[in-house]
Amino acid sequence: MSMLEAAHENDIELEGACEGSLACSTCHVIVMDMQYYNKLEDPTDEENDMLDLAFGLTDTSRLGCQVIATPELDGIRLAIPAATRNFAVDGYVPKPH
Amino acid sequence: MATLGAVTRFLRRFSALSINPLRVCIVGSGPAGFYTAEKVLKTQEAAQVDVIDRLPTPFGLVRSGVAPDHPETKIVVNQFSRVARHERCSFLGNITLGSAISLPELRELYHVVVLAYGAESDRTLGIPGEDLSGIHSAREFVWWYNGHPDYKNMDPDLINTHTAVILGQGNVALDVARILLRPTEELATTDIAEHALTALRRSSIRKVYLVGRRGPAQAACTAKELREILGIKDLHIHIQESDLLKSPADEEELKNNRIHRRVYELLSKAATTKASLPVGDHRELHFTFFRKPDRFLESEDRPGHVSRVHLEKTCLKGDESGKQIAVGTGEFEDLKCEMVLKSIGYKSVPVDGLPFDHRRGVVPNVRGRVISESSGDSAALEPGLYVCGWLKRGPTGIIGTNLQCAEETVSSISEDLEKGLLQPSAQKPGRDGLLQLLDDRNVRVVPFSGWERIDSEERRFGSLRNKPREKLASWDELLKACSD
Repeated sequence: MSMLEAAHENDIELEGACEGSLACSTCHVIVMDMQYYNKLEDPTDEENDMLDLAFGLTDTSRLGCQVIATPELDGIRLAIPAATRNFAVDGYVPKPH
Repeated sequence: MATLGAVTRFLRRFSALSINPLRVCIVGSGPAGFYTAEKVLKTQEAAQVDVIDRLPTPFGLVRSGVAPDHPETKIVVNQFSRVARHERCSFLGNITLGSAISLPELRELYHVVVLAYGAESDRTLGIPGEDLSGIHSAREFVWWYNGHPDYKNMDPDLINTHTAVILGQGNVALDVARILLRPTEELATTDIAEHALTALRRSSIRKVYLVGRRGPAQAACTAKELREILGIKDLHIHIQESDLLKSPADEEELKNNRIHRRVYELLSKAATTKASLPVGDHRELHFTFFRKPDRFLESEDRPGHVSRVHLEKTCLKGDESGKQIAVGTGEFEDLKCEMVLKSIGYKSVPVDGLPFDHRRGVVPNVRGRVISESSGDSAALEPGLYVCGWLKRGPTGIIGTNLQCAEETVSSISEDLEKGLLQPSAQKPGRDGLLQLLDDRNVRVVPFSGWERIDSEERRFGSLRNKPREKLASWDELLKACSD
């Protein structure tokens, strides 16, 4: 199971426009701990091509559809890049969907 | 004591009983329109959302712009279809803003109108000879091979063309080059329009130039598309090594830009890969840098038709902001050709009642809120009128760029609603009012179920030809199919 699939199974809003076909960058996730990032196989050229276009790219960015769950990755923490920088208005908090 | 926020949330939940839902009309059913619809549905519990389009088919450039050999890029229509089928959403096709209905009329019918109708025109070069036959915009060519009903009869002459010059080096330029150069048996199993496949099978084009004003460090295409075209079977790539020399300014630009760095590396590798000498029937792709078009020259044998592009050599100079721009050197050369495709940018089209910045080709806005055509003092806003997508930002970015764009516009709508600027308590006729008005005008609205019939027909025809779909490429066929 990929991180994208895992997110959807757990009602986490991670976009997946191309449904895991390596044709978009909407499932972009940031691996929060370098030691976990280093455990992952290097991205292919195809994944890097899509990462080029990702919003808020970092040094530990990956496509969620390309990170496959294994026991070795137990405990991995992934951050979803903030799409809007200025969401809160008068304390308004968007309802979780 | 209840805060304003808490009271508003209570009222919104109360109105979820649908006594007076927020009525939203989104004009344009491409990515900008559908991402906006999705976010409105999520953030406003009782909102009724209508997505209208002038075509009977939804999805904008996902259907008519994405190349036929890029089917994975079209998968996003599954998500958009789910939005269209949401109980509080309706897709309504075959409605042209500015003819079937005016913008002021829409604003009377709905609390909120979001214009997301993109950019259906082109930037022009404004140089002599631009109206010679054989010169087209890439947008028209793309619509032609993708079966857009407005371009079925475009009939570009590929038989009497040996060399095509494409002006521009962005992804659209690479798309049209690739469609001209890819072996047609590879295109035959895509959803390319049949009239285009037929024409491409008879094409005499053997040489294609991709011409850019600046150098390889500034090329606007991205790595995936470049990698793909460099890998086309039996295609010889020509890149001059001397064009790859980098100035200190180039090095600085590349250091800070991953996209350009990877594109430069691909071009550099392609230039130094000395394949075997060109073989007879192999086609050629030339990346021509540091050239800007000065004029188009008319053919003597074919009056009214283009025969050459007169190009001026350029060099790069830094402008005030530090960006490198191309400056003419006064040296010229000609490229002989029989077809030119201008891929220099799309442009939006204004409608009556809509403030418009003609220089930039966008609707003036602040985070998606439309700014009034003011008399000069500080920006007054048009109440209840918003923009999203290319009409808001200009014609750049990919499908996914509209995600953030829609989020910004919808958060502006939410803020305005919270501040009481949108009169949510006013009764608006919404969808029922729109349908009544259009019915009075004999406009035939195509609902999503009508598109589903078209979709089903196209897939059925496609399966007979080993294609994912066979596009219905004329207005007549489309309108007939949605009612059967």
